[in-house]
Amino acid sequence: MTAWLARRITQAVVTFGVAVALMFVLMRLAPGDPLSRMQEDRMMDPAEIAKTRAIFKLDQPIHRQFAAFVKGVLRGDLGLSIEHGLPVNTLLASRIGPTLLLGGATILLNFTLGLWLGVRQAVRRGSREDRTLTALSLAGYATPSFWLGLVLAWLVGIKLHWLPVAGMQSPLLAPDAPWLARAADIGAHLVLPALTLSIVTIAGTMRYQRAALLEVLRLPYIGTARAKGIPERAVIWRHAWRNALFPVITLFGLWLPLLVTGAVFVEMVFAWPGLGSLAAGAALGRDYPLVMGTALLAAGLVVTASLLTDVAYALLDPRVRYT
Amino acid sequence: MNPVVDALARSWRDPRGRAGAIMLGAIAAGAAVGPIFLPDPLAQPCVLECRNLAPSWAHPFGTDDLSRDILSRVATGGRISLAVATLAVGLSVTLGAAMGLVAGYWGGTVDAGLMRLVDAALAIPRLFLLLLVLAVWDQVPMPVLIVLIGVTGWFGTGRLVRGEALRLREESYVRAAEALGANRRRIIFRHLLPNTAGPLLVAATLGVGDVILLEAGLSFLGLGVPLPTPSWGGMILDAKSLLFTAPWAGIFPGLAIVMTVLSANLFGDALRDAVDPRGA
Amino acid sequence: MTRVLDVENLRVSFPDTGKNRVYPVDGVSLSLDRGETLALVGESGCGKSLTSLALLRLVPSPGRIEEGSAIRLGGTDVLALQGEALRKIRGRRIGMIFQDPMTSLNPVFTVGNQIAEGVRAHFDVSKSEAWQRALKLLEEVGIPDPAARLDSYPHQLSGGMRQRVMIAIALSAEPEILVADEPTTALDVTVQAQILEVLDRLRDSHGMAVLLITHDLGIVAGRADRVAVMYAGQIVEEAPTDRLFARPSHPYTQGLFASVPRITGPVGRLSPIGGSVPPPGAWPGGCRFRPRCPQAFEKSETMPPLLPVETDHRMRCWLAENGADASD
Repeated sequence: MTAWLARRITQAVVTFGVAVALMFVLMRLAPGDPLSRMQEDRMMDPAEIAKTRAIFKLDQPIHRQFAAFVKGVLRGDLGLSIEHGLPVNTLLASRIGPTLLLGGATILLNFTLGLWLGVRQAVRRGSREDRTLTALSLAGYATPSFWLGLVLAWLVGIKLHWLPVAGMQSPLLAPDAPWLARAADIGAHLVLPALTLSIVTIAGTMRYQRAALLEVLRLPYIGTARAKGIPERAVIWRHAWRNALFPVITLFGLWLPLLVTGAVFVEMVFAWPGLGSLAAGAALGRDYPLVMGTALLAAGLVVTASLLTDVAYALLDPRVRYT
Repeated sequence: MNPVVDALARSWRDPRGRAGAIMLGAIAAGAAVGPIFLPDPLAQPCVLECRNLAPSWAHPFGTDDLSRDILSRVATGGRISLAVATLAVGLSVTLGAAMGLVAGYWGGTVDAGLMRLVDAALAIPRLFLLLLVLAVWDQVPMPVLIVLIGVTGWFGTGRLVRGEALRLREESYVRAAEALGANRRRIIFRHLLPNTAGPLLVAATLGVGDVILLEAGLSFLGLGVPLPTPSWGGMILDAKSLLFTAPWAGIFPGLAIVMTVLSANLFGDALRDAVDPRGA
Repeated sequence: MTRVLDVENLRVSFPDTGKNRVYPVDGVSLSLDRGETLALVGESGCGKSLTSLALLRLVPSPGRIEEGSAIRLGGTDVLALQGEALRKIRGRRIGMIFQDPMTSLNPVFTVGNQIAEGVRAHFDVSKSEAWQRALKLLEEVGIPDPAARLDSYPHQLSGGMRQRVMIAIALSAEPEILVADEPTTALDVTVQAQILEVLDRLRDSHGMAVLLITHDLGIVAGRADRVAVMYAGQIVEEAPTDRLFARPSHPYTQGLFASVPRITGPVGRLSPIGGSVPPPGAWPGGCRFRPRCPQAFEKSETMPPLLPVETDHRMRCWLAENGADASD
């Protein structure tokens, strides 16, 4: 187990390292450098530009730039945001909380609902309910998150006035309000973004769960369980579902990039103060250190999630061989 | 029978495949032919009295705040979206097939290097890969946008084809061809490539849906299809400020995206089951 | 003798192309008395496993048991049972052992857990009582160090040990009938003998009736009281074991015997039956064995009923009418 874990961690580190190099290359694919446009865009003084260029080491040859960049990443220093004038680290740190909250709520909603529906589909395979659920989830998967967000904001927020549609907290709520009121306020703001993200991602969970359960229901030990005379509910949830959960765990690793991408749009639509809206704003503002910072964090999250997924898989399934 | 033709025939017999193919065909035909009969999507016929008109016989989808006909813009935007998606996916699939065959057939360091690259690239969400380039670039011309989307999309296909190539390399008929002294080129083009055609077709079909969503997203962020060319994502961006006055300005391009992506995915699903019946 | 199981005209169907249905089990009748062992013998694909699944109404979807079939357990009409009542006969009245011990145990639960579950499904006992019972069952099936094995996962056990666990599960609710579907096929020869020995011992000590399903005539002798030979969804010959072995009459049964290697007798070629059981739907009209039968004649083109050969010995072959079976 230890040797396997060491190998798996090394692999994650290598992947992340290559990803960092790839990001650097991509950034330099565009003609000119990020500051060449500053002059006309922001009417900055050429001397000022030259100074900024020196700060970002853009006046040096490409391999020096890369070395400086890697050194920065290793030290955990991602430079200054051009737009905000603040360290990228500070910005990321201030925005990660809301994104984790939104992501956590989405995962909770997506997994509870998706697993339950997927199991129902598998048990009633081929029925009208199965087909309807498949069609609905595929339609969700085909829907752009930003559009769905706008439609829900318009319908639930503006037409019906049921829920807030912007930000994470109500500006009218006194800062010294009791914590329960503040939590309820954040919760109300959370509903629409989390719902939007769940709808566009739930198809994957349902499909995986359905296929995995169907696979397990064919296995002989399900026959053994039924022949024992335990209730069908126990056959499905205790015997089959436990085994059909393993493949779904791997889905978590595959699915995180989708969540991160969705968060960019959903946070933007609902003005959710997280990393996604930060990344979108940074790309629009051509704030390249900040774009790089958010991309690094996104890649880091994905690599870590996939590592944790593998470890969880190994821990949960007594049969997995650590080779 | 040719396995690809066979797979296409079988997905046509699948109700999902047929529904997807018919819908996608109708959308593509509408986008190709529609703009010929519709008003100029950029025309702003009048300044005040025909802004933000609700859907009517004259303007079935209504007009936007610049008095442009939304139906024309949806049709023309469809042309752009479908063209971008088709070309970009064509590029991705070609690159994926090439890289996958090279990695799977050559093996060794080439394979190891390429696969590390694929692992790393797949760890960065594709949107961020594109943001990294687009954040520096000023206004990306369309051909460059297509190439960028294509180049950031081959990694999954590459891994898939590599797996297939590794498997096929061990098959007896490939072994036999090698023993007979066939050169690598011949083995790759004659034995490996035709046998990966099915999975490639599936990847391409499902890729079209993904790329339409991706392009719409980029255009929604203002980083995609350059203005003033209409695009579905760009129209939704414009409609953001019209939620109160003209909700139809955003509803129709969004529905167009949903219908197109859904039909591509339905067809792709049916095709996947036809190519690999185990997943059904 | 008390009848514990009566099966009459059992037909199991599956959808085929279009609206057609095929009948992999087509009119099987059999019975079991208390303490009796009946061997159901046939090649794979003949419908013997499906017959055993039908006894517990475990025919996999989309298959179904046809109208006109009857399965009675003592006084219980199995085909009329629903829900909870059906659940209560599974394991309690009939215990089941499946073919492949490698895949018939759930990999994520311990052995003790899986046995105790069967106990608790039918008896109102506490968890620790159920585990006590599981421990006793492991002892009975001859697993060394049973207390430690309770906490083992299936993948930590050998095939033979797993099959013993399967037997323990099948016995967990003390059923009056044990159905063993190819219990030794997946095991090594030496282990096979041990498992059969365990089965024999438990049958005698618990006074159970056993339905032994197998393709291997070698394990039938000296173990089963009666034998029923199945071919293409039907029983083609049935007799007390010693009579069947002394005088196998149906050409198919004779073919089965010819393909079993014998220690006694001249060393000759094994003569397996040419071809294999055709899939349901491809069965010929008339006698279903006709295309593979070396003795088929004109009359074989109509389906024979089960005809008497001698006392308690019947076969589905027109040759029985001649009073002379095929061995003459």
